[in-house]
Amino acid sequence: MSDLAAGKDELRDTDLSDAELSARLAKTWGTARGIIGALSTVDHKIIGRRYIFTAIFFLFLGGLAAIVMRLQLARPENQLIGPDLYNQIFTMHGTTMMFLFGVPIGEAFAVYLVPLMVGTRNIAFPRLNAYSYYVYLAGGLMVWFAFMLNTGPDAGWFSYVPLSGPENAPGKRVDFWAQMITFTEVSGLAVAVQVIVTVFKQRAPGMTLDRIPLFVWAELINAFIIVFSLPAVVTASAMLMMDRLVGTHFFNPAEGGDALLYQHLFWFFGHPEVYIIFIPATGWVSAIVVTFSRRQAFGYLPLVLSMISVGFLSFGLWVHHMFTTGLPQLGASFFTASSMLIAIPNGIQIFCWIATLWDGRPVFRTPLLFVIGFFFIFVLGGLSGIMLASVPLDTQVHDTYFVVAHFHYVLIGGNVFPLLGAVYYWFPKFTGRMMSERLGKWNFWLAFVGFNLAFFPMHITGLMGMPRRVYTYQPEMGWSTYNLLSTIGALVLFVSFVVFLYNMIASARRGPLAGDNPWDAGTLEWATASPPPPQNFNRIPFVINREPLWAEREKLPVATGLAVEKRELVVTTISEARADLRESSPEPSIWPLLAAIATTIAFVGSIFTPWAVVWGGLLVAFTLVGWFWPKNNKEDEA
Amino acid sequence: MRVRPFLIVPIALALSGCTGWQSALDPHGPHADALSRLFWIFLAILGTIWTATILMLLLALRRRRAPDADPLMTRPGTERRMTIVVSCAVALTVMTVMSLAVVSYGAQRVLFAHRDGPLTLLVTGQQFWWKVQYEDASPARTFTTANEIHIPVGEKVLIKLEAGDVIHSFWVPSLNGKMDAIPGRQNEIEIQADRPGIYRGQCAEFCGWQHAHMGLIIVAESRQDFERWRDGQIAAARAPDDPEAQKGMEVFMTKPCIMCHEIRGTSAGGKVAPDLTHVGSRQYIGAGTLPTTRGNIAAWIIDPQRIKPGVHMPLIQLAPEEIQPLAIYLESLK
Repeated sequence: MSDLAAGKDELRDTDLSDAELSARLAKTWGTARGIIGALSTVDHKIIGRRYIFTAIFFLFLGGLAAIVMRLQLARPENQLIGPDLYNQIFTMHGTTMMFLFGVPIGEAFAVYLVPLMVGTRNIAFPRLNAYSYYVYLAGGLMVWFAFMLNTGPDAGWFSYVPLSGPENAPGKRVDFWAQMITFTEVSGLAVAVQVIVTVFKQRAPGMTLDRIPLFVWAELINAFIIVFSLPAVVTASAMLMMDRLVGTHFFNPAEGGDALLYQHLFWFFGHPEVYIIFIPATGWVSAIVVTFSRRQAFGYLPLVLSMISVGFLSFGLWVHHMFTTGLPQLGASFFTASSMLIAIPNGIQIFCWIATLWDGRPVFRTPLLFVIGFFFIFVLGGLSGIMLASVPLDTQVHDTYFVVAHFHYVLIGGNVFPLLGAVYYWFPKFTGRMMSERLGKWNFWLAFVGFNLAFFPMHITGLMGMPRRVYTYQPEMGWSTYNLLSTIGALVLFVSFVVFLYNMIASARRGPLAGDNPWDAGTLEWATASPPPPQNFNRIPFVINREPLWAEREKLPVATGLAVEKRELVVTTISEARADLRESSPEPSIWPLLAAIATTIAFVGSIFTPWAVVWGGLLVAFTLVGWFWPKNNKEDEA
Repeated sequence: MRVRPFLIVPIALALSGCTGWQSALDPHGPHADALSRLFWIFLAILGTIWTATILMLLLALRRRRAPDADPLMTRPGTERRMTIVVSCAVALTVMTVMSLAVVSYGAQRVLFAHRDGPLTLLVTGQQFWWKVQYEDASPARTFTTANEIHIPVGEKVLIKLEAGDVIHSFWVPSLNGKMDAIPGRQNEIEIQADRPGIYRGQCAEFCGWQHAHMGLIIVAESRQDFERWRDGQIAAARAPDDPEAQKGMEVFMTKPCIMCHEIRGTSAGGKVAPDLTHVGSRQYIGAGTLPTTRGNIAAWIIDPQRIKPGVHMPLIQLAPEEIQPLAIYLESLK
């Protein structure tokens, strides 16, 4: 136990009974009723829920786009949609899955879960958190509205120049893509900063570095990858915008620019991007493996170090996306070595999880099923990745359906299967109700069979010479049967998502009540009610073990002394998590929403005129002044 | 695309190796052979690793074990044994990865060691066709064609790659891997066919609306046949004897066709579209889209956008009685 404060005039949590404390804290930390209250909220759980919901909504939109593509490719020379619509749809599919689902879903879970798992009351910079959500939502809606107005980007999710340049892509289609990147960038970086600060400075007292849950480590490392990689893509997209909008010639070889420069910048982001999608999923897998094998993680330290080394190595691989661009051979082979190297830390993770399951007592509930599916699929995708890492082999399979198969094995296997597991796992915490196990099993088997039926044949079509991004193919190519199988598989996979959606909706209404800790898990988010009260914890837990709830099943030790009538949380030291300061956490405010609207005006306007940057910038500055206007609060006490 | 099925005369099926004529698994030259061997080596090793990992997982899941215990309790003996097993697995991973990298590097050195072949081509990727220029020390023996490359069997051919508009990628999987054609740069790739035959290739880098119909074919033939073909291609187009074809030529020369297309030996000198000097001798029109028949040529001229939406050839207004002679003329350009 530790006491955080000596006697002051304010009401402290030591002064009250549990029930009264809970009620008063809920009032202090709660969100006001009504629409303004809802839009002003800074509660990380409400924002996190919106984030997760929105990211899954975009997952469904991206999935619908995929279904349309698969229907078009079901038969050779199919006439369902033409090349114009097809190119827009495959671009929207990739863009949505990578930028509107892949990056945000990991951060969305971080926003909801990290503060709970480190035992604090709110995320760091909660207003920035609200702002980042609104910006993300605006960027996603913008690009989808543009698509519905037949102005959807059509140069691919990678928008290579010169195909996306001013000469070959007139109109505004590519500009919407480039500006969507900016939206995602701003929101992604904001959340990354919040997560880093929350994990470094707001962990519950006693949560030393080696007691941080693996999921939180994953999100922390992910946040660092985001901070270092996203600026590269925003550079690329901003230079592209300038080439298109104000006639710079960064990428125009006729004027001394360079088309390959764009690819280097894009993939310097684009490869870490894959790990931005995968690393949070390793956090979900770790959490589920530990809880459902009823054993603490085997190899906690190697698991953490593996994630860190994956984070570092992910920045040294980008050239393997460019093996066919004619780079010097020796340089290219360096990237073969580094690309293969990353198999080692990933292998360590896989082995440690299997060892944990080996020595544990597995409980075969739906979340674990999805993790088992993850092993089958992700390991296969990882191994086909080793083929792509080889320069000579890559010259055959690059930009073919083999690659399409590979990265769907890695991304769906490595992110979506763990995600579905994670939703089944944390749904009781989010909603207070359990999801149906019976539907969960249907969901899993449909997804597993559908996925493999859809994507395994693509390995073969790719080797048989089918390039990516073709809107049709000729019957004499011999690809028809495999493509039909893929389409059937995609439809089965889609049905599994319908089951998933139905299960979520039905369970949220009628599912059995969950209680605080339905899975008998060990980490702190299960120490509070389901769903958690606005203050998260009545008293801040004091952590004495990596799995606090397994170490102390009856009553957690707590740290006391925080104010009750105002938003106050504990700031701890970085490595040892000693209680350091009491810090006040910002009140709800409507200004983040207004700032997000101003940002949106500036960004969308700049698609049409460079002056929007100037006037929009002023508008943003005005809203920021409102946001940070001094409140004359008593200074925070040390 | 709106090609009616009966238009696609299945010539392709009659050709050797119809299902494998664009397949990395059906190699017909030393480069593709080496690549396919490399593929099978990787597949065998990686397949073994996958099977072993999944077996380990299944064993871990199905293992019989002691009844409930404290999840935080670990038995030091078990921990030690698991550490040893996991370390061995990691060591095996390291060794596999290292040896695969070495194997890959070895293949890379062999494949990309360029030797000057007797035959050098400059291929330029265009939206959505391939411009092919045969180089020669003597300027009189250079010539330009499109979408169909003839090579002598058993000889190395060096292909220099450039791009006219956006990035394309030259890929004939039965002969070699792919190489990008990038504006502002020149890349090189070597191909060699060991058996006579027709090998299909296709643009492999997304290049716009008709990325799907940007095919090319490689015709590998004996040195003699190749020389005969090359002499034929070097020659300018012969003026037609047939009165219908003569009428067609007049249509061609008086319509906007000449703004874009070249027919050597005539006043048509456009450079932005495929050279048509010997278009009748090629097996396909529209970059591998339709077999070259009089009917297909007519259909293409009537409405290229219907056959290949987004292609840069505009719709040219022609009178019905002009189309037939024009098709006859173009078909006669052997």
